[in-house]
Amino acid sequence: MAFSNANITAYAVEATEFPDLARRYRVTGVPKTVVDETVEILGGLPQDLFVAQALAGRDGSVGPIGP
Amino acid sequence: MGLLSPADQDKLRVSFNEMTSNVRVLFFTQALGCETCAHTRQILDELPALSDKIAIEEVNFVLEKEKAATYGIDRVPALALLADGVNGDARDSRIRFLGAPSGYEFISLVQALLLVGGRSSSLTDANRQKLATVDKPMTVQVFTTPT
Repeated sequence: MAFSNANITAYAVEATEFPDLARRYRVTGVPKTVVDETVEILGGLPQDLFVAQALAGRDGSVGPIGP
Repeated sequence: MGLLSPADQDKLRVSFNEMTSNVRVLFFTQALGCETCAHTRQILDELPALSDKIAIEEVNFVLEKEKAATYGIDRVPALALLADGVNGDARDSRIRFLGAPSGYEFISLVQALLLVGGRSSSLTDANRQKLATVDKPMTVQVFTTPT
Protein backbone atom coordinates (compact mmCIF):
# COMPACT_ATOMS: atom_id res chain seq x y z
CA MET A 1 0.00 0.00 0.00
CA ALA A 2 2.72 2.44 0.98
CA PHE A 3 4.68 1.55 -2.11
CA SER A 4 1.66 2.26 -4.31
CA ASN A 5 0.96 5.78 -3.07
CA ALA A 6 3.42 8.39 -1.87
CA ASN A 7 0.93 9.64 0.72
CA ILE A 8 0.86 6.34 2.57
CA THR A 9 3.47 5.29 5.12
CA ALA A 10 3.42 1.78 6.56
CA TYR A 11 5.01 0.67 9.82
CA ALA A 12 5.43 -2.95 10.90
CA VAL A 13 5.63 -2.64 14.66
CA GLU A 14 6.94 -5.35 16.95
CA ALA A 15 4.38 -5.06 19.73
CA THR A 16 6.30 -6.78 22.53
CA GLU A 17 9.31 -4.51 22.06
CA PHE A 18 7.24 -1.34 22.28
CA PRO A 19 4.66 -1.82 25.02
CA ASP A 20 3.96 1.92 25.04
CA LEU A 21 2.64 1.72 21.48
CA ALA A 22 0.83 -1.54 22.18
CA ARG A 23 -0.90 0.16 25.14
CA ARG A 24 -1.67 3.37 23.27
CA TYR A 25 -3.39 1.45 20.48
CA ARG A 26 -4.80 -1.23 22.80
CA VAL A 27 -3.16 -4.13 21.05
CA THR A 28 -4.46 -7.27 22.74
CA GLY A 29 -3.97 -9.59 19.77
CA VAL A 30 -1.95 -9.64 16.58
CA PRO A 31 -2.00 -8.81 13.82
CA LYS A 32 -3.72 -5.55 14.59
CA THR A 33 -3.66 -2.68 12.13
CA VAL A 34 -4.24 0.94 13.05
CA VAL A 35 -4.82 3.44 10.26
CA ASP A 36 -4.08 7.00 11.28
CA GLU A 37 -5.75 7.24 14.68
CA THR A 38 -9.19 6.34 13.40
CA VAL A 39 -9.47 2.79 12.06
CA GLU A 40 -8.66 -0.51 13.75
CA ILE A 41 -8.46 -3.75 11.81
CA LEU A 42 -8.21 -6.94 13.83
CA GLY A 43 -6.64 -10.06 12.39
CA GLY A 44 -5.72 -10.77 8.82
CA LEU A 45 -8.30 -9.97 6.17
CA PRO A 46 -8.60 -10.69 2.46
CA GLN A 47 -7.07 -7.86 0.44
CA ASP A 48 -10.37 -6.33 -0.78
CA LEU A 49 -11.75 -6.10 2.75
CA PHE A 50 -8.49 -4.85 4.20
CA VAL A 51 -8.20 -2.01 1.68
CA ALA A 52 -11.87 -1.11 2.10
CA GLN A 53 -11.56 -0.97 5.89
CA ALA A 54 -8.25 0.86 5.79
CA LEU A 55 -9.86 3.57 3.66
CA ALA A 56 -13.12 3.64 5.63
CA GLY A 57 -11.95 6.46 7.89
CA ARG A 58 -10.97 8.72 5.00
CA ASP A 59 -14.51 9.95 4.30
CA GLY A 60 -15.19 10.75 7.94
CA SER A 61 -17.69 7.91 8.34
CA VAL A 62 -15.69 6.36 11.15
CA GLY A 63 -15.04 8.31 14.31
CA PRO A 64 -11.86 8.29 16.39
CA ILE A 65 -11.03 5.15 18.33
CA GLY A 66 -12.64 4.92 21.74
CA PRO A 67 -12.11 7.27 24.69
CA MET B 1 27.78 -18.92 12.86
CA GLY B 2 24.97 -17.31 10.95
CA LEU B 3 21.33 -17.12 11.99
CA LEU B 4 20.07 -18.74 8.80
CA SER B 5 20.59 -22.37 7.89
CA PRO B 6 22.43 -23.06 4.61
CA ALA B 7 19.13 -24.33 3.13
CA ASP B 8 17.31 -21.11 4.07
CA GLN B 9 20.17 -19.07 2.68
CA ASP B 10 19.85 -20.90 -0.64
CA LYS B 11 16.08 -20.30 -0.76
CA LEU B 12 16.54 -16.61 -0.05
CA ARG B 13 19.26 -16.31 -2.71
CA VAL B 14 16.81 -17.71 -5.26
CA SER B 15 14.06 -15.31 -4.11
CA PHE B 16 16.34 -12.29 -4.13
CA ASN B 17 17.38 -13.17 -7.67
CA GLU B 18 13.98 -11.77 -8.70
CA MET B 19 15.13 -8.31 -7.66
CA THR B 20 15.76 -5.97 -10.55
CA SER B 21 16.76 -2.86 -8.64
CA ASN B 22 18.88 -2.10 -5.61
CA VAL B 23 17.41 -1.64 -2.17
CA ARG B 24 19.03 0.26 0.64
CA VAL B 25 17.98 -0.52 4.18
CA LEU B 26 18.49 2.39 6.56
CA PHE B 27 19.12 0.83 9.94
CA PHE B 28 18.50 3.27 12.79
CA THR B 29 20.32 2.09 15.86
CA GLN B 30 22.09 3.16 19.02
CA ALA B 31 24.80 1.53 21.08
CA LEU B 32 23.32 1.97 24.54
CA GLY B 33 19.84 1.46 25.89
CA CYS B 34 18.58 -0.62 23.01
CA GLU B 35 17.99 -4.24 23.87
CA THR B 36 17.40 -5.55 20.36
CA CYS B 37 19.64 -3.33 18.23
CA ALA B 38 22.53 -5.82 18.29
CA HIS B 39 20.22 -8.68 17.33
CA THR B 40 18.79 -6.59 14.50
CA ARG B 41 22.34 -5.92 13.30
CA GLN B 42 22.99 -9.68 13.25
CA ILE B 43 19.86 -10.32 11.18
CA LEU B 44 20.64 -7.53 8.72
CA ASP B 45 24.24 -8.70 8.36
CA GLU B 46 22.93 -11.87 6.74
CA LEU B 47 21.27 -10.05 3.85
CA PRO B 48 24.00 -8.45 1.71
CA ALA B 49 25.70 -11.86 1.45
CA LEU B 50 22.55 -13.22 -0.17
CA SER B 51 22.09 -10.53 -2.79
CA ASP B 52 24.32 -7.84 -4.26
CA LYS B 53 21.15 -5.75 -4.64
CA ILE B 54 20.74 -5.27 -0.90
CA ALA B 55 22.80 -2.75 1.03
CA ILE B 56 22.58 -1.86 4.71
CA GLU B 57 23.31 1.68 5.86
CA GLU B 58 23.63 2.20 9.56
CA VAL B 59 22.26 5.45 10.96
CA ASN B 60 23.19 6.52 14.47
CA PHE B 61 19.88 7.40 16.08
CA VAL B 62 21.54 9.53 18.76
CA LEU B 63 23.78 11.57 16.48
CA GLU B 64 21.59 11.75 13.38
CA LYS B 65 18.29 12.94 14.82
CA GLU B 66 17.53 14.95 11.72
CA LYS B 67 17.72 11.92 9.48
CA ALA B 68 15.55 9.95 11.87
CA ALA B 69 12.96 12.74 11.79
CA THR B 70 13.06 12.83 8.01
CA TYR B 71 12.05 9.19 7.92
CA GLY B 72 9.54 9.43 10.78
CA ILE B 73 11.62 7.25 13.10
CA ASP B 74 11.19 7.98 16.82
CA ARG B 75 12.53 4.74 18.33
CA VAL B 76 15.06 2.01 17.65
CA PRO B 77 15.77 -0.46 16.24
CA ALA B 78 14.03 0.76 13.10
CA LEU B 79 14.37 0.14 9.40
CA ALA B 80 13.41 2.29 6.42
CA LEU B 81 13.56 0.73 2.97
CA LEU B 82 14.74 2.83 0.04
CA ALA B 83 14.70 1.99 -3.64
CA ASP B 84 18.16 2.91 -4.83
CA GLY B 85 18.32 4.68 -8.15
CA VAL B 86 21.14 4.34 -10.65
CA ASN B 87 22.51 7.82 -10.00
CA GLY B 88 22.87 7.39 -6.28
CA ASP B 89 19.46 8.93 -5.63
CA ALA B 90 17.07 6.96 -3.49
CA ARG B 91 13.30 6.77 -3.48
CA ASP B 92 11.71 6.26 -0.08
CA SER B 93 9.38 3.26 -0.15
CA ARG B 94 7.74 4.55 3.04
CA ILE B 95 7.90 1.01 4.39
CA ARG B 96 9.24 0.92 7.96
CA PHE B 97 9.97 -1.75 10.51
CA LEU B 98 10.04 -0.94 14.21
CA GLY B 99 11.69 -3.57 16.38
CA ALA B 100 13.91 -6.51 15.50
CA PRO B 101 12.75 -8.24 12.29
CA SER B 102 12.94 -11.76 13.68
CA GLY B 103 10.52 -14.66 13.39
CA TYR B 104 7.57 -13.87 11.14
CA GLU B 105 8.74 -10.31 10.86
CA PHE B 106 11.77 -11.56 8.98
CA ILE B 107 9.45 -13.02 6.35
CA SER B 108 7.68 -9.66 6.12
CA LEU B 109 11.04 -7.97 5.68
CA VAL B 110 11.97 -10.36 2.86
CA GLN B 111 8.64 -9.65 1.14
CA ALA B 112 9.20 -5.92 1.51
CA LEU B 113 12.72 -6.18 0.08
CA LEU B 114 11.37 -8.07 -2.94
CA LEU B 115 8.64 -5.48 -3.51
CA VAL B 116 10.96 -2.51 -3.26
CA GLY B 117 13.47 -4.45 -5.35
CA GLY B 118 11.10 -4.56 -8.27
CA ARG B 119 8.75 -7.48 -7.81
CA SER B 120 5.23 -6.62 -8.92
CA SER B 121 2.82 -5.76 -6.14
CA SER B 122 0.15 -8.25 -5.11
CA LEU B 123 -2.44 -5.45 -5.05
CA THR B 124 -5.28 -5.92 -7.51
CA ASP B 125 -5.89 -3.15 -10.03
CA ALA B 126 -9.16 -2.27 -8.31
CA ASN B 127 -7.46 -1.86 -4.93
CA ARG B 128 -4.60 0.06 -6.46
CA GLN B 129 -7.13 2.51 -7.89
CA LYS B 130 -8.85 2.88 -4.53
CA LEU B 131 -5.52 3.53 -2.83
CA ALA B 132 -4.61 6.07 -5.49
CA THR B 133 -7.45 8.27 -4.18
CA VAL B 134 -5.59 8.83 -0.90
CA ASP B 135 -4.50 12.44 -1.34
CA LYS B 136 -3.49 13.25 2.23
CA PRO B 137 -0.85 11.62 4.42
CA MET B 138 -2.03 8.29 5.82
CA THR B 139 -0.21 6.16 8.37
CA VAL B 140 -0.77 2.44 8.59
CA GLN B 141 0.66 0.62 11.60
CA VAL B 142 0.58 -3.16 11.67
CA PHE B 143 1.29 -4.61 15.10
CA THR B 144 2.81 -8.07 15.19
CA THR B 145 4.77 -10.35 17.47
CA PRO B 146 7.74 -12.53 16.43
CA THR B 147 5.85 -15.80 16.88
